[in-house]
Amino acid sequence: MPSTQGAGLSSHSTRPSIGGTGPSIQGAPPPINGNRPRLNGKELAFKITLGLLCTFIFLIIVYPLYFIVIASFSDSTLVATGKVWLFPKNISFFGYQEIFKDMRIWTGYRNTVFYTLFGTLVNMLFTLPAAYVLSRREFRARKAIMFLFVVTMFFNGGLIPTYLLMKDLQLTNTIWVFIIPFCVNVFYLIIARTFFESSLPQELYEAAVMDGCSHFTFFFKVALPLSKAMISVIGLYYLVGHWNDFFTALIYIRNNNLQPLQIILRDILLSNQVFAGGAGTGGDAGGYAQRYADQIKYGVIIVSTLPILVIYPFIQKYFEKGVMIGSIKG
Amino acid sequence: MRTRKGLVQAVTRDYQLWIMILPAIIVILIFNYIPMYGIQLAFRDYDFSKGLTGGEWRGLAYFRQFIDSYLFTDLMRNTFLISLASIVLGFPAPIILALILNQIRRKKMKQLMQTTVYLPHFISVIVLVGMLNVLLSAETGVVGHLMKSIGLGHINLLASTGTFIPVYVLSDIWQHCGWNSIIYLAALSTVDPQLYDAARIDGASRWQTIRFIDIPALVPTIIILFILSMGNILSTGFEKIFLMQNSLNLPVSEVIATYVYKIGIVSSQFSLASAIGLFNTVINFIFLFAMNTISKRVSETSLF
Repeated sequence: MPSTQGAGLSSHSTRPSIGGTGPSIQGAPPPINGNRPRLNGKELAFKITLGLLCTFIFLIIVYPLYFIVIASFSDSTLVATGKVWLFPKNISFFGYQEIFKDMRIWTGYRNTVFYTLFGTLVNMLFTLPAAYVLSRREFRARKAIMFLFVVTMFFNGGLIPTYLLMKDLQLTNTIWVFIIPFCVNVFYLIIARTFFESSLPQELYEAAVMDGCSHFTFFFKVALPLSKAMISVIGLYYLVGHWNDFFTALIYIRNNNLQPLQIILRDILLSNQVFAGGAGTGGDAGGYAQRYADQIKYGVIIVSTLPILVIYPFIQKYFEKGVMIGSIKG
Repeated sequence: MRTRKGLVQAVTRDYQLWIMILPAIIVILIFNYIPMYGIQLAFRDYDFSKGLTGGEWRGLAYFRQFIDSYLFTDLMRNTFLISLASIVLGFPAPIILALILNQIRRKKMKQLMQTTVYLPHFISVIVLVGMLNVLLSAETGVVGHLMKSIGLGHINLLASTGTFIPVYVLSDIWQHCGWNSIIYLAALSTVDPQLYDAARIDGASRWQTIRFIDIPALVPTIIILFILSMGNILSTGFEKIFLMQNSLNLPVSEVIATYVYKIGIVSSQFSLASAIGLFNTVINFIFLFAMNTISKRVSETSLF
């Protein structure tokens, strides 16, 4: 085989099979060219392009977030006239003062924390035992029940029949509408089942049974302690889902005392309702308020996103693990 | 060894298992299957006193009413355009990002990049739209000032019919591209490192290893995710579209899902809204099946 300097091009035609199917690569064609120096012009160009691309991606994601932070405690007039770019100017905490005076935000916070923690707990209580059962091969009804569950991933009754059902069950305007209807997410259930299946060998269960272990004890004493990684990933998914949920409240909740934080945020961020109710701005609301409208919005964005940002570094290491768990088999 | 330990023991065993799975079954039956049964509302008049399935049978009348309505073409066009733009731009983005991240050799750098790109996923959709509102405002937003300073003038990106789709799609990529790249990164991490060594000895450039090792390794994952996204072509991002809507961009932002909400929940025309919702589901299904069949023929990868 003639070896050319332009290995870059010729390899296109001579080695079409590379990677076509992963394992067959062992039988790849023989080397076309000898060893080449590692850092040639092409490699360098590649590195520079990569560096630039990464810098671009980094800035485009980080700058908007950074800007919101500095805008939330800069003088609102300077922000509005485009004078604030890289550093906060004329630091003022007026926005935050207004936010801390606004009771609606704290009610929303309280409700959301409750729905999130209680909801996630219920999610786990329903999902994990069910996933364990579906992972047991000796459970006869396994396939039938699995099918019953999977169908719901592709087909559902739609918004209106679901809404009317909630009304008939008198769940609207109660806290239960946040907890009960969504306590099993089939997708997470499948992830959990797959994990139990692949991490708990049949032999382990048989050995436990020899020692007189029932399914209950095996589940609590063996299966759960061995599945901490999966449990934290699924818990995290449920947690974030509850925290960000506003659709449930939008449709089923009319009572102001039950509104979660996200609905309050919608009022403030999108409907400009900070000032409709006065929210502590006093007598000359109008122009005075308008000047600070955006600063309050920037502050609200920070205050409402802070919990996620605080726990984010702690939970991040689980992300990839979680997806890996989910992608084994199916 | 799978042993049969006698009927008594089998029953004892199964009884515990049934107790553990029963709550989940009950919840799924009530909250997923009863609404499916309630789909017949699309073919009936809704009768407050008789519940979901008690009204008079109307056949396809509500479907006809929807198809004949003057909004039908607009709704279909908007829904398709937004979905199409999301798929054409939004689908390849995480793949490309995963390929880029996978090329970073320095561990610290890679960690930093990954932490950064996942972050926006955790911002709630309301906060995201709130951010768009303050950042893109033509008068006071940072993007508005930027556009003015480079001579693009005074465009209200959020309230113009021409910019709704780009803003929607690009902000979606900003928010979810990193997160969606995780699954591709996971797929890339299963590639045998010897493959890269072999390729390097063969004189392959970095670009060639991407082209001939990384991309082929991603193909099965890409196909599965693509089929799944086709099944959602008509139900894209109700929440975000709904929040981004205003009276000025409504001609391009009203989609089937938001219309169902308005007709059903806001104006209580339950039967008509159910019919529109069902129409939506059926078209989704047709897309899902079509893509699945095509994929089965072409690549032997399929969902079912």
